[in-house]
Amino acid sequence: MIGARRLVAIVGVAAAAGLAVFATWSRASRADAPARVIDGAGATLPFPLYAKWSSELLRVDGTLRINYQPLGSGAGIRQMSDGVIDFGATDEPLTDEQLKDAGRDLVHVPMTIGAVVLAYNVPGVPELKLTPDVIADVFRGTITRWDDPRLREANASVTMPSEPIKVVHRADGSGTSATLTTYLARNSEAWRADVGLGVSPRFPVGVGSRGSDGVTAYVKSTPFAIGYVELTYAKQASLPIALVRNRAGNFVAPSIESLDRAARSALDRVPDDLRISLVDSDDPGAYPLTALSFLVLPRDSRDREKGEALARFAWWGLHEGQRYAAALDYAPLPRELVAHGERVVRELRAGGEPVRVAYEGNGG
Amino acid sequence: MTPGIESAYAKRKIAARAATVASSAAVVLALAPLVAIFLHVAVRGVRALSVSFFTEPVGARGAGMANAVFGTIQLVLLASAMGIPLGIAGGLYLSECRHTRLARAVRFCADVLAGVPSILVGVAVYAVVVVRMKQFSAFAGAAALAIVMLPLVVRTTDVLARAVPDSLREAALALGATRWRTAIFVVLRTAAPGIRSGCMLAVARVCGETAPLLFTAYNNRFFNDSLFDPTSTLQVQIFTYTMTPNEDWHAQAWAAALVLVAIVVVLDVLARRLVERKEVA
Amino acid sequence: MTPSALPSSSREAPRALRITDAARGSGDRVFGAVGAVAAGFLGLVLVTVAVCVVHLAWPSIRETGLSFFGTSAWDPARDVYGALAFVWGTAMTSVVALCLAVPIGLGVAVFLTDLGPRPLRRPVSSLVELLAAIPSVVYGLWAAFVVAPLLRSSIEPALAAIGGPLFRGPPMGVGILCASIVLAIMVLPTIATVSRDVLAAVPSELREGALALGATSWDVVRLVVVPHARRGLFGAVLLGFGRAVGETIAVATVIGSRADVSLSLFAPGYTMSSVIANEFPSATSDLHVAALAEVGLLLFVVTVAFNVAARLLVRGERYGRALTVPAGNR
Repeated sequence: MIGARRLVAIVGVAAAAGLAVFATWSRASRADAPARVIDGAGATLPFPLYAKWSSELLRVDGTLRINYQPLGSGAGIRQMSDGVIDFGATDEPLTDEQLKDAGRDLVHVPMTIGAVVLAYNVPGVPELKLTPDVIADVFRGTITRWDDPRLREANASVTMPSEPIKVVHRADGSGTSATLTTYLARNSEAWRADVGLGVSPRFPVGVGSRGSDGVTAYVKSTPFAIGYVELTYAKQASLPIALVRNRAGNFVAPSIESLDRAARSALDRVPDDLRISLVDSDDPGAYPLTALSFLVLPRDSRDREKGEALARFAWWGLHEGQRYAAALDYAPLPRELVAHGERVVRELRAGGEPVRVAYEGNGG
Repeated sequence: MTPGIESAYAKRKIAARAATVASSAAVVLALAPLVAIFLHVAVRGVRALSVSFFTEPVGARGAGMANAVFGTIQLVLLASAMGIPLGIAGGLYLSECRHTRLARAVRFCADVLAGVPSILVGVAVYAVVVVRMKQFSAFAGAAALAIVMLPLVVRTTDVLARAVPDSLREAALALGATRWRTAIFVVLRTAAPGIRSGCMLAVARVCGETAPLLFTAYNNRFFNDSLFDPTSTLQVQIFTYTMTPNEDWHAQAWAAALVLVAIVVVLDVLARRLVERKEVA
Repeated sequence: MTPSALPSSSREAPRALRITDAARGSGDRVFGAVGAVAAGFLGLVLVTVAVCVVHLAWPSIRETGLSFFGTSAWDPARDVYGALAFVWGTAMTSVVALCLAVPIGLGVAVFLTDLGPRPLRRPVSSLVELLAAIPSVVYGLWAAFVVAPLLRSSIEPALAAIGGPLFRGPPMGVGILCASIVLAIMVLPTIATVSRDVLAAVPSELREGALALGATSWDVVRLVVVPHARRGLFGAVLLGFGRAVGETIAVATVIGSRADVSLSLFAPGYTMSSVIANEFPSATSDLHVAALAEVGLLLFVVTVAFNVAARLLVRGERYGRALTVPAGNR
């Protein structure tokens, strides 16, 4: 028979084992300190690139381990201001108020340029042209069918099916949502009045899904669905992408060139703190839904090791990291933006003192 | 018997037959999803399970879930180490001092806490532990799981210890045993098999808990270096992979589900076996 | 009272076991103290969770007051929050889930106590309990890849042919209906096992008496067992409701995440718990966090109310056993 002694013994052993595990791990973290994991979270838009960077960094330099969780730009902003992660990432710069409310002094470093695309799943429609008004009305629920006259008008060459449109949007706070809604609010009176703009807008219709992955999964699995995600997500899921009309009136496909043009057209208005939006550029060849994705870093890290690791990570991303962008359909940063980024990274501090990192590599 | 009564009885017998059929149909309807889930998890999980699942950490595409397996085990062990001793001590107190005001209040609290949705436990642990420590951590996750476990263990211990006949307590006291010796060596000993099963069920339950881990243990691409680092778990990894378009990741999610279900079912069946064996003996 | 003066009635025995009596030395005092601390800790945890949620929710409570629960406008971009859509979604999914689960759960319970063939009762009982052991996240996975596509491709179009306000709109797969079905499967074991225990607790003399009078097995159930156990069965249903309201992960996977009040089962919706899971980590404004916490507070109050009510209805140890040690032996 199993008695109380055995029970007490089992409980004791479990408790002891727990404590032992506890002690070992706590000590282990001190012992190999240089290899500490840097925890970050935020935008899903640049996640495929950051995941690649994380793997590459681990390969070339085993001491930098980047744990990046794609939970949406909103999570990057929130968790950074709660101080529970080491770095955040967002495609929508923090507002003045958010910067003021954050528990610490935060800086933005631009990292990559991505395209927010309208991906759809409509059999027999390989190409789709969308004006901002039509996009706004689809996502507002005033255009409900694929064969709506206004959709047919811009797409005379294809036969649109007589099916209801299934709209998918983000359920989490998202820079991708902010990019789309900024563009729509600028170009559609109705959208501005009904919905507005931001990382968590209230979409009048549609299904909400978590992250770019969630939106892509839904569009891919649901015929007659349309959603908005970063270009890489759509390409990897082999979803067709709509051409979107830009400010100059041209229907533009997202490409490294059209993203680059959007970025270059904004270079002369980059502010000191680098909080700039590339949405809805004036350039006739620019893709309008262009997002500049930032790292959000503490200006002064409490922890010296982490401060140095963050500076090295940001520096590497600004230089070597740019080489991996094009393969994943992100546009490399223009030289001028890299230079701006360098300036911010060089000013990073840890424990009140400048971070000591050998800033090698060229200026872009 | 008159024919009228006979036919009324026949009708009632038919009604009884019909009711039996209907209740059997309910059983079939209840068990159909169980069979479906087990089949889907088994077939899709086995297809995706490989050695690398247990040896490789979570990677960019594909790879394994070694760190998540390790994280789940770590969290459950740590939560058990926190929750079980505390729960047994508390439950024993409730049963042995059952009429004190504290005991009554705590018994009520245990019922309330058992009903609190675990997502709220996650929110509270985020605010109290994670934000204070400025760090998501395995420790915070384990604390959340321990809170989910605590009322289960307390209540099992309380109920089973109270079921121990008072004559045993009286006999022990009459022989000169102190109360605490009586409580531990008579009451706890008598109730031990049931309590152990109850604890195993509580462990099985938290093995599957996901909601309280989202903002506490968080997630990690790597093995966590310490208990004070974010930690990957099978549960959160399944949740993440469910909502992706990537088929590799879907396969990984099914494999992880298979591992998780296997752990939970083994614990569950084992716990029941122990109780049954005790009853037969 | 001294320990040697043990009372004759066992009902009073516990009084004699009080640990406040110091005559037996320090061991007892230590035991009493450790036990009290352990038990008190549980109370402390509960209070901490409650205080924490109220504290987080305070800015929203102050800002919006009761109107928070009367409006469905949930617009973080404009910092305007109302919880009606989540209350609605929670009520809708839970009610639909119970409509599906209660008849089946009661049928299973009656099968297990009265109508089913004896040799089958025990294995069926164990299997139903196994259903409760499957983790919520696995239900979510299964729902997303098996139930939702099935709903979208065949079940929802079929229901749409029936028409009516409940089955309107394009078949999406995910939505209120999908979440309700998964919830029904998840609360079924709770309802079935608690009802089973309640029914089993009906004294066998009553059954035997009815049988001796010539009642069939169904007559016994209908006329004796169920009326006698009515309160407890109601408690079982409430307990199931409490579980359905609090369920998070599986629902968050397939609910469709949209803060809207719609009568259609095809429509995407939101529940109180799933909006917290989705938005709590990424809420950027303080009021947004507070509003989510206030939703959490309501969730807390509702689930606690249901559980306490159920606890009062299903009294005593049977209930405790049903939830903690479903030993599969009745």
